[in-house]
Amino acid sequence: MNRAGRQRNILDFTLSSLLRRKGRNAALVLVYAFVVFLLSSVVFLGLSLKEEAQSVLADAPEIVVQRLAAGRHDMIPESYLAKVREIPGVRTAKARLWGYYYEPLTGANYTVMADENFPYGRKSVVLGNGVERHLPPMVGRTLPMRAYDGSYRFMQIRETLSSDSELVSSDLILMTVEDFRDLFRIPEGVGTDLVLSVANPREVSTVARKITEILPDTRPITRAEVLRTYDAIFDWRGGMIVACMSGALMAFIILAWDKATGLSAEERKEIGILKGLGWETSDVILMKFWEGVAVSLFSFLLGILLAYVHVYFGSTSLFEPALKGWSVLYPDFRLKPVITPYMVSVLFFLTVVPYTIATIVPSWRAATTDPDTVMRA
Amino acid sequence: MMQCRESTAFFLSAAVGLALLLLLFAHAGWRERAGRKSLEEKREIVRALGLTDLCLFTEARYTRHPAMADRFTPFQDHPFSLEHFPSASLFRPPPHLSGP
Amino acid sequence: MAMIVLSGIRKVFNAGKPNEFCALEGITATIEPNRTTVLKGPSGSGKTTLLSILGCMARPTSGRIFLGEREITSLPERFLTEIRRKTFGFIFQQFHLIQRLSALENVMIPAYPLGEPKEKIRDRAMELLSLFDVGRKASSKVEWLSGGEAQRVAIARALINDPATLIADEPTAHLDSGLSREFLEIARHLEERGKTVIIASHDPLVFDADRVAKVIPMRDGRIVSEGAS
Repeated sequence: MNRAGRQRNILDFTLSSLLRRKGRNAALVLVYAFVVFLLSSVVFLGLSLKEEAQSVLADAPEIVVQRLAAGRHDMIPESYLAKVREIPGVRTAKARLWGYYYEPLTGANYTVMADENFPYGRKSVVLGNGVERHLPPMVGRTLPMRAYDGSYRFMQIRETLSSDSELVSSDLILMTVEDFRDLFRIPEGVGTDLVLSVANPREVSTVARKITEILPDTRPITRAEVLRTYDAIFDWRGGMIVACMSGALMAFIILAWDKATGLSAEERKEIGILKGLGWETSDVILMKFWEGVAVSLFSFLLGILLAYVHVYFGSTSLFEPALKGWSVLYPDFRLKPVITPYMVSVLFFLTVVPYTIATIVPSWRAATTDPDTVMRA
Repeated sequence: MMQCRESTAFFLSAAVGLALLLLLFAHAGWRERAGRKSLEEKREIVRALGLTDLCLFTEARYTRHPAMADRFTPFQDHPFSLEHFPSASLFRPPPHLSGP
Repeated sequence: MAMIVLSGIRKVFNAGKPNEFCALEGITATIEPNRTTVLKGPSGSGKTTLLSILGCMARPTSGRIFLGEREITSLPERFLTEIRRKTFGFIFQQFHLIQRLSALENVMIPAYPLGEPKEKIRDRAMELLSLFDVGRKASSKVEWLSGGEAQRVAIARALINDPATLIADEPTAHLDSGLSREFLEIARHLEERGKTVIIASHDPLVFDADRVAKVIPMRDGRIVSEGAS
């Protein structure tokens, strides 16, 4: 017996059998593909954001030191810098000055930072792309900023940060240290927090412990912890979307289960006829195997291709409402595609394999009926 | 009179699908290389300013800089204030901050 | 061409249960090769059960079947299927064509698992359809065929693997007299081509036909009396 010939003949028969119910099977493939699409969109998005955070924030300061006063963040005296610098292993330490600025005209919350190496003089600002996009039309090249005393400072807009860096810089307003202190009445000698770089990554936790000993009113936040946060956030995010679409998923599972497990009377009869015509049990199982493979493989491929296009060409437009939240300044960024053989095979084993098995198992009983059943029917 | 066999069409379209899938890998690799410049830019700005977070959710202080927030930040303004931003329900404060 | 010999065939359904019943009892008969044999009897007389045992579809509860010199009752399932595929072609009472497939595809079905190249199967199927004068209907869906056409497609399907024996269960039950005669004509034709034909029927048109070499009258699962007509 020619084995390859048998496989192909039975595959041919399976396909022309499936094509008999074009509408029904096409609908099944579409719904199935949609579920794969949602699932892989979530996976693509989650992995990409995670990767992005990992690679972009790789150069973030090793340790951020915040001062706590009565359990709340407070300005940190720059005199702490000297104490921190004495800790062995600390390469550099500097104070940051930053804060939030609520712009009532646009309703957006900006991050204002003082830049020590600010290239333009006082009364100038450099804006992130998102800020630039949302400027009220009347301001022109001057940005009025409301100071602590209710008066306005008119800042010259000198530059806009590149759109490539939008994922980290979209909401930034950069200015000189002097302007910052003036705008928010921050006294000399204090900063928002301290950032430290540590030469040897293995010493980071030791340094952090020493900081809490030397400066009991502070808390250190290490980079590893920040990155871990991002891992947690984006896994959680993926999980959240999965939870949202679990309704769709359940509906599909019920549909697929019903379709795949419940052999219709017609299918049962057809299997009986095939047995009567000399097909072996293994031939019938083979047919069902190909049926499951055909439906799920094409759904899988279609779903994963569409998801890739959706996330990386269409900027995740379907999930945008959930992602944006109430954010006014949603950054306009293109995610770096992340596709790995591991994730593709996980998706494959989550979709193709169970469906194929669910197709084969119920036909087993029908396939093992005696061939003479068809004579007695 | 013999038209294309169904199985031939099946294998062809499966091969096309797999080829497209491989193309995705190629595309991802290409974008990775093409994106190196902008990645360098992002890293540069992170280095220069000592940034700690991605600018994804700007609706509140604690959603903009989750690394700088702790579990109680949303409630600092008022002990009974409800924490009500959608994105805040999507992520949690850093694990090291929510500990004892 | 092998002779089929049945010896002391007994078939019990639902053995050991309250609804146990004996469909066949002490069947001993010989089916001559290249002849037409008719199992005659009312419905419930065990004809269909005997046909399925003859055609290796079911096993008897006891008794033995010889196909030529070979005793086939004790063969394992796989070999039995092998023999059945090569030796027997079946025409079912309701034809049992697979709906919404073309006539041609229906004829090709029994040959698929044998793994022959599809082109060969296709050519042979076309040849058979033409032989029975339904070549034009090859690409029609089977539900659009008339009763006579459907039957000819079913016969073509039974012959696709070129079996030595053709088994037909009540082939004329759903046909009018004209079409029934046509069927007998085809059976005669096949016999001339060297096929053994076994028909189960309670239609006088069938068992009274002149070409029938042997009639086995049955009642209540037993052979009543044996005689050639």
